Formats: sequence, structure tokens, C-alpha cells
Amino acid sequence: MKTRIGWASFVMLVMAVLILVGSARLRAADQPAGAEVKIDNFSFGPQTVTVPVGATVTWTNRDDIPHTVVSTDGVFKSKVRDTDEKFSYTFTKAGTYPYFCSVHPKMTGKVVVQ
Amino acid sequence: MTDKKNGFIGEKLQNLNKDGIDRRGFLECMAWVGTGLVWTVSGGIPVSRAFAAGHDRSVTKGGELSFVQISDSHMGFNKPANPDVAATLQAAVDKINGLAMPPEFLLHTGDISHLSKPEQFDNVDQILKGAKAKDVFFVPGEHDVLDDDGKSYRERYAKNSQGDGWYSFDKKGVHFIGLVNVMNLKAGGLGTLGGEQLEWMEKDVKHLKSSTPIVVFAHIPLWSVYPEWGWGTQDSEQALSYLKKFGSVTVLNGHIHQIMQKVEGNVTFHSAMSTAFPQPAPGKADSPGPMKVPAEQLRSVLGISDVNYVQGQHSLAVVDSTLG
Repeated sequence: MKTRIGWASFVMLVMAVLILVGSARLRAADQPAGAEVKIDNFSFGPQTVTVPVGATVTWTNRDDIPHTVVSTDGVFKSKVRDTDEKFSYTFTKAGTYPYFCSVHPKMTGKVVVQ
Repeated sequence: MTDKKNGFIGEKLQNLNKDGIDRRGFLECMAWVGTGLVWTVSGGIPVSRAFAAGHDRSVTKGGELSFVQISDSHMGFNKPANPDVAATLQAAVDKINGLAMPPEFLLHTGDISHLSKPEQFDNVDQILKGAKAKDVFFVPGEHDVLDDDGKSYRERYAKNSQGDGWYSFDKKGVHFIGLVNVMNLKAGGLGTLGGEQLEWMEKDVKHLKSSTPIVVFAHIPLWSVYPEWGWGTQDSEQALSYLKKFGSVTVLNGHIHQIMQKVEGNVTFHSAMSTAFPQPAPGKADSPGPMKVPAEQLRSVLGISDVNYVQGQHSLAVVDSTLG
């Protein structure tokens, strides 16, 4: 009895691991590597990021002052991001996406999706 | 150090007077000063003075109007540059209430809040209720119109205004114009007034006599202080063109958290300090972010600024000294 439960548990564990690994692989295949943009000293760094279609770009505000991430062409628009707050956007179409901080419009950047 | 600083500024001003308006000269001509300014309009000549200074009644003798400008209270900011912006705003109000000649009203030139949150506006309103002067006239800073295009700002501070929150009013013969230059900012650009506001302003001043003293107030400077940091307004020239006929024009702003002054013909531009934290001199840091000073020095970088502008003489006199 004990052995049977133990065996069943082991099989279930192995299956669970296989499923997790498989889905992780699937996710990795579906979602290309994203990119990180840091906001420091009133600038986006790197100012231009190039990512594949389907990638998610994440911006992190590391300034003492709030900023926003707003697409110049109206494609995406973050809420105001205070210190250490993040904003992410997933790019599903190839193209060039210029953006800026609507609070400090001198701050500009670009996402190139290939 | 203070003497040296005053000497430096005095020297710069003398150069200004000698040489006329010189960009490098006025950029250097600045100091961290005070938490508010008292403006007195005396016979059409605006005179600014520090509120910690003994109020010299002779200057306002015969004057009809006295008011205080405060700016950039940034309620909600809690970083090392000033972890208690409520306390320093309260200190500003205490200063105002201690003036020998009480101001008739206050002007707040924006960045009332840090993040446009209702509780931040509430906090400022509560502290300003402690001022003996009951009327406060506001214009928004970019921190007051985040996320909702300024809707909550206008409901609270600009109910009887036009457009995005601009308006004018008259006090004892002086015409005041509150402008909004923090809305609809475009990528890569500066502060913006916009066509609708400019049109309104042109009509607003058209009927006024050229002898009427004009005070314009807005958040972002209406002169090109340092475009690299966005310290200017791209269509301000247009606005100023409507004011050419007036003998006395005073343009007040905040945003840059430091005193700066420029005189150009009949127009005096003056930028006020913040009640929250100082910002670096143009180009003197990696960014215009809050300038950190040791806590015990925070109030000692605040100070006083007496400014005299004599209409038609193209001369200005500023005396700066620290408060603490």
C-alpha cells in the first residue's frame, strides 16, 4: 500500500515536472527575449532598443522624479511611474516606435521591432 | 561665504547693467533663496523682496498692492532631498504670516503636488488655510496634471477658468494673467501654451490701457532659461508679443526651483524657488533632478531675495542672502 502510493506520487511528480518544463519551453518559444529600459537622470537607456516581434519591453524609473512612457504615435501610454515603478508593453507588429516622457518631453527614446 | 556669494552676484549684476542682457551673465546670476517672494506693486513698478527680510515700509510707501508668490511645494515628495515637504511649506506659510505688511493674496506657480493625488492636494490646501491671506491663485505644474489631463486640478483650483485652466483678474489696477504651459507637451519640445490660449490672451489684453501694470504667471519659464533641460516655453514669444505696448510687465514662474531674473526692455522675468527642494543650476548636474544637500543645510540653502525693477531704466538690483 505504502509502496503503491509512493510510486503513484513519484509518477505524478515526474509528470508535473515534464509539464512544467514543456510549458516553460513553449513560453520561451512563443515569447522572444524582451528588453529592459532604465530611466536614469531624465533619460531612457538605452535610447534605442531593437527587439523581435512579440517581445515585451519593460521600463523602470530609477529617478527621484516621476516619469511617463508615451508613444509619440499614440500606440502605448503608461500611467505616471514614480521611483522604481515599471511599465511593460508587448510589441506585436514590426515597426519603429518613437516614445517620450509626457512630463519631461525632452526625454525621448525608440523601440525598433523587427 | 555669504558675503562672497553676494559679492559675486553683485558683480554679475553690475556687468548686466553695463553690458545689457547677456545669456551667460543671467544664467550665472542666481542663488538658492527663500521659500517665497513678496511682490509689491508701487506705482506700476513691481518690487520683490524676501520674506525674512525686515519689511521696509518706505519701499511700499504709496504702493497699493502686496502679494506673495510661492511655488513647487511638491506635496508627496519624500526622497532624501527633502523627506518632509509639508514642514517646509508650513515654514513658508509661517513666514508669510509673519510679514510686517501682510500680502493681500498668494500666487502658487504650480507643482502643488508631486503626483496629482487628491490627498496631496488636500494636504497643501490644509496648510495654505493657515495663511492669513485667504485668496490663493494657482496655475498648474506638470506634476499637477498627471494621468487625467488636469481634470482634478481644474475642478479644485481653476473652476472659473478657460480651456486648460487659464484666467485673468484685476487687483487694484494691476492686471494678472495666469497661464498654463504644462499641457499637451510634444516629444522633444518645451512648455507649450497652444493656439487657443494665445488667442484668448491676445483678446484679454487688447482693451487694457498701456499704462496698466501687467503680471503674467505660469509654471514653466516663459523665457529660454535652459532648453536642454526643457526650461522654456516654445511659443512664449508669441504671448509676449501681445504685451509690447505695456510699460510694465512682470513674468513670474516656478519649475526650476531657483531664483533667476532677466530684464528685457519693459519685461522683467523672475523665477521663484521651491518650498520643497532645490534643483541644480543649468547644466551643472547630469539632470535637473532634486539637488541633495545635507539635512541640516536644507533650510540654510534657502534665503532671501530683494529685487527692484525700475521701469524704463533697464536696470535691476538683486540682493541675496541666506535665511538660516
